[in-house]
Parts: sequence; structure tokens; C-alpha cells
Amino acid sequence: MGAFTMRLARPSIYKRGTVLKALRTALLVPILVAGVVSVQAQSPTYGVGRTPTDNEIRLWDIAIGPKGEELPVGNGSVDMGSELYLSKGCAGCHGTLGNGGIAPRLIKRDAGPNADPWDYGRVLPIRSPYATTVWDFINRAMPLGAEGTLTADEVYSLTAYLFFLNDVVEDGTELNEITLPQIQMPNRTNWEQVPDWLPGQPRLEGYPY
Amino acid sequence: MSQKKTDRREFLKRSAAVAGAVGLGAAKPALGQDHEHTPVAPEPGAFIRGSDEMTAYGSRSRFVDSVRIPHGGRESPDAFGLDFHIATPLQDSVGEITPSSLHYMGTTRGSFVPDIDPDEHRLMIHGMVDNPIVFSMEDLKRMPSVTRKHFIECAGNRSRSSHTTVQETHGMTSNAEWTGVLLSTVLKEAGVHADADWVVAEGVEEVKGASSIPMAKAMDDCLLCYGMNGEPVRPQQGFPLRLLAPGFEGIFNVKWLRRIKVVDEYYMTYNDFGHLSRDPVNAALGYQIGPKSVITYPSGGQQLPGAGFYEIGGLAWSGGGRVSRVEISTDGGRSWTDADIRGTAEPMAHTRFSFEWDWDGSECELQSRCIDEIGQIQPSRQQALDFWSTDGERATFVKGQDNSIQPWRVASDGGVHNAIS
Repeated sequence: MGAFTMRLARPSIYKRGTVLKALRTALLVPILVAGVVSVQAQSPTYGVGRTPTDNEIRLWDIAIGPKGEELPVGNGSVDMGSELYLSKGCAGCHGTLGNGGIAPRLIKRDAGPNADPWDYGRVLPIRSPYATTVWDFINRAMPLGAEGTLTADEVYSLTAYLFFLNDVVEDGTELNEITLPQIQMPNRTNWEQVPDWLPGQPRLEGYPY
Repeated sequence: MSQKKTDRREFLKRSAAVAGAVGLGAAKPALGQDHEHTPVAPEPGAFIRGSDEMTAYGSRSRFVDSVRIPHGGRESPDAFGLDFHIATPLQDSVGEITPSSLHYMGTTRGSFVPDIDPDEHRLMIHGMVDNPIVFSMEDLKRMPSVTRKHFIECAGNRSRSSHTTVQETHGMTSNAEWTGVLLSTVLKEAGVHADADWVVAEGVEEVKGASSIPMAKAMDDCLLCYGMNGEPVRPQQGFPLRLLAPGFEGIFNVKWLRRIKVVDEYYMTYNDFGHLSRDPVNAALGYQIGPKSVITYPSGGQQLPGAGFYEIGGLAWSGGGRVSRVEISTDGGRSWTDADIRGTAEPMAHTRFSFEWDWDGSECELQSRCIDEIGQIQPSRQQALDFWSTDGERATFVKGQDNSIQPWRVASDGGVHNAIS
């Protein structure tokens, strides 16, 4: 209820933000275009360093963007994920059902029927606008102390299980490199992009006065 | 101003003999209470015996005990041995540079500090570029370099009423001289595609912390740093290579940097997720550090020996550019006077200010206010809270990175206290 009141009570700030955003975009476009043209005109000047091999790029290219282009071929399921959640020790730090412990909570808080997704708490597998962010972080940073040891299939499975726990996918769901980026997270569009940045621009026009 | 100078001359005439004894540091004897000293050499044997270690790499005096402390309510190292947040002792700072060994530290999630052999370290530039490149450290040191002073500040650097010292309220910022290659230099070398507008910068530590950075920033002043304060970057600061995104919140300054990927959209990495907001105002404030300053002497927990002359000193900085002015109030924000800017203010760098102050011994409140070159003014806590308040709800928390003014209350007994309510 508090959040609801706050939303209603702040239309002027929203409006101001939108106008500013439009203004910034109008200012930014010509400058960026000019910048890009000059960048494009550059050819290698120093010739220092070497060209990476395709294999090197494949191995290093682990940041998964919203389109999921970097996802490796693989396949996982909610069922496999529920087993891995115990066998890989996730439950020890995140709680048996993802309810948190010495590591962050992984299951949404009960916010009642038809809840606003933002009321579920700061829980990655429900708040994140993209399924790829969840896959990416499990893959790069889990389990603690054994990062990088999970196979692609295991990461698909664990991701599927966390989405099942949060009612994002149904029981029995299987995920792969094609279906994972297609998941419609509840906050897919329900967030605000950081504004365009320009050198010498105020942090936020008119803040706080 | 002239009144202040006259007061100071009068004051110096009265107390020339003891003025030199009052300087930096916390507990000094009260004026007139120092005892007579006979100039003698130290006791026989009271010298620092030479050693191979002292010859090779010097250390500070055993009488200097200024240290960093864990910050944010979590131990560093924690039960897992991870370092999370460690705050610098600003109360002891002089000049503008933070010694490398006292520089604040923050990590994504908490991290082990990787032990990287620089000969084995590589930086890859790839993605939407004509020529992907892998650089060894030796390669990078062949490239044209720059040396610049820049601060870094953690987004969580905020004063709370439970904090007693400036190390707790403001210790998650530091300032160093950084040496390296402009990111724009290597991006131009790689040939960025016209429709690329973000880069993802990624570290090599076990979390492999990664942040999305706008292309305009990457092309403006981001630095690939291998040098810090005249020597290689320290392991806790990203040895052998870190990114510096001057004026952006700490997490954008990716340490142990191994990869820059050029992309065409915001990647929503785990670090980026930390900034996620549905309020455009809040989102806008999760990026560039606002104008900020803090008085480091006198500051919370320090004890003034008595009424008389003091040089108020502190640091000011802004993510928006150079500090152009710093103002001081000794009456709780009712009146303001310009402080002196020491040295030359540099863009996105800590700038030291000072102010000559004759304390009359009565209770007062000291504040400093930073104004930067693009006209941004550091708000009072009240102003910041007013901004976040609504008709129905009084804000008690400054959202985004909190750059509000820090008040220090000087009690009549000379004790200095955090005056945040």
C-alpha cells in the first residue's frame, strides 16, 4: 500500500523525468553520431596486441545479453534443477526452498494475489527483467568456491528450477539456449533504463532543488 | 574575509609559540599545557635499525597506527574469507592522495582477491569491432599512456546516525594517481561499429564482476590502469589491470579486468541488476556521483584541546567534473563562507580544502558544501529528504547515492560528534 501511494503521489517527478529524457536524447543523437563517425574513420594505428582465436573468444564470452546470443547449446529441466539444488549445496546457503540463509533469498516473498512484481522483494530470479541475467550469474559466480564448475546443462536446470519456485515457469519445464531468452519475466518492461549519459551533464537536472 | 585574516593575525601574535603544536591528529595537549621540551637526541638505541626489508621497501613509523576497517556491517574477510567492503581512514588523511595500502576496497558479492601473474594476464577487446584484440600487460604498456588523479566512491558510502567517525560515514571513497591507457585508444584501435552503444567490462575474479558502461563514457575518459600512485595497481585494487570510469559509482570501475565487449544494448549483468529501478529519477541517480564534501578535521570522534585557532580541513569531489568551490558553515548551515581550495582542482578527483577557524569554545556545528564546475550544489540532508518526500509520506532515506552535507557537532568540551539525526 505504501508503494502504491508513493506512485500516485509523484506524477510531477515522472513527468519531469520524461521531458528531460526526451531533451537528452535530442541533444545526444547528433553528438553520438559525430563521435561514431570519427571512430569509424580510425584504422589500427599502433598494431600492438594480437587477434584472438575463435576458440578464445568462445571461452571468454560469458556475459549473456538479453538476446541470449552468447548462451551455449544445452538443455536442462526443473526436475534436474531440484536435484542439483541439493546436490550442489545451494540449499546450504540459500535455504532448502530458496528462502534465504547466509546467502540471498531466491524465492519471492508472499505479496498476495495479483501482486506487483516489485513487491516480491529483491530476489534475482523473480525481479530480473531477463532470464539471461539469472543464467549468467549462476554460471559465472556459483557455487561459492567452485565457480565455473557447473556444466551448461546444469545451469539450465538450476535456472529452470528457480523460475519454477517463483511461478515463472510450470513444473516439468525444460530450458535450452533458444527457449531461455524467450521467457517473459514479470518485470520484462517494468523498469526504467538509466538515462543517456553525456560528459559534463548533471547527475539529474534539478536534483534536489 | 578580511575580518577573518585580521582575527588570525591577532591570534598569531598572542600565541605564536604554541600555534605550531596544533596541527593534524586527534589528541594534542590543550594550548598552554604542553610541558617544556629540551632538544635531545633519541635515547641510545631508539632508532629504526636498517634491514634488508627497510632497504628494499620502506614502511611507516610504528607510531603511526592509522588503519582501514570493515564497512557496511559485514566483516572483511568474512566467514568464507571473502573481502567485501573496507573503508579508508579519512580522519588521518593529509593532501589529496590516498596511500595505496589505505585505499578503500569494495567487491561484487564479496570476493577473494585473485593472485594474478601479470605475465599470464590478458585483456580482450571484442564484440562489435572490426578487429578484436588481445593485449598482454607488456602490450598495454607499449600503448600511449596518461596519468590522472581520480577518486572512486562506493554507492553505499552514506552517513548514518549510528556512525561516529568520518571513516564510517565517508570512508568508502579514496583518491589515487592512476596510470594507464585510455579505453578510447584501444577501442579506436579495434574499430567500434557505428551501432554499438555500450561496453561490458568484466573481471577475472571468481565472481567475474561485470558492468555495462555507456559508449559515450567509454570514449570519453575511461582508463585501463596498470599504475597506481607510482607503482603497479595493488591486488585489492585490481592488479594487474583495472578499469577506471571516473566519477561513476565504484562498481563500474571493474577490477582484475580481462575483457571489454562492445555491444548494442544494456546487458543487465548482475552488477547492473543492483541498479535496477522502476523510478526514472532513482535510476538516473545510480550512475554519476554527485557533488560531495566532508570535513575530515575536526571530525567525529576527535577531541579538540580547547578554544583557539584551528585549520578546518577536508575533501571535496564530484562525478560531474572539477570542484569549483567549497563553502564552510560553522553555525549549522545558517551562514556560509568560501574555503580555500588547496592545490589545483582536477576533474573527478578529491580536492582538499581548508578554512581558518578561531573557535570560541562554545558548542557549534561544522558543515562543508561542494559546488562543482557544472553548477551542481551539494544538498543538505534536509533538502535531499524533501526531494524524496511526498505529500503523504516523509522520506527518511536518501535514495540513490547519498551526497548530502555532513554536519559535525563540536561540543563545548571539544568533543566532535556526528550530527546526523
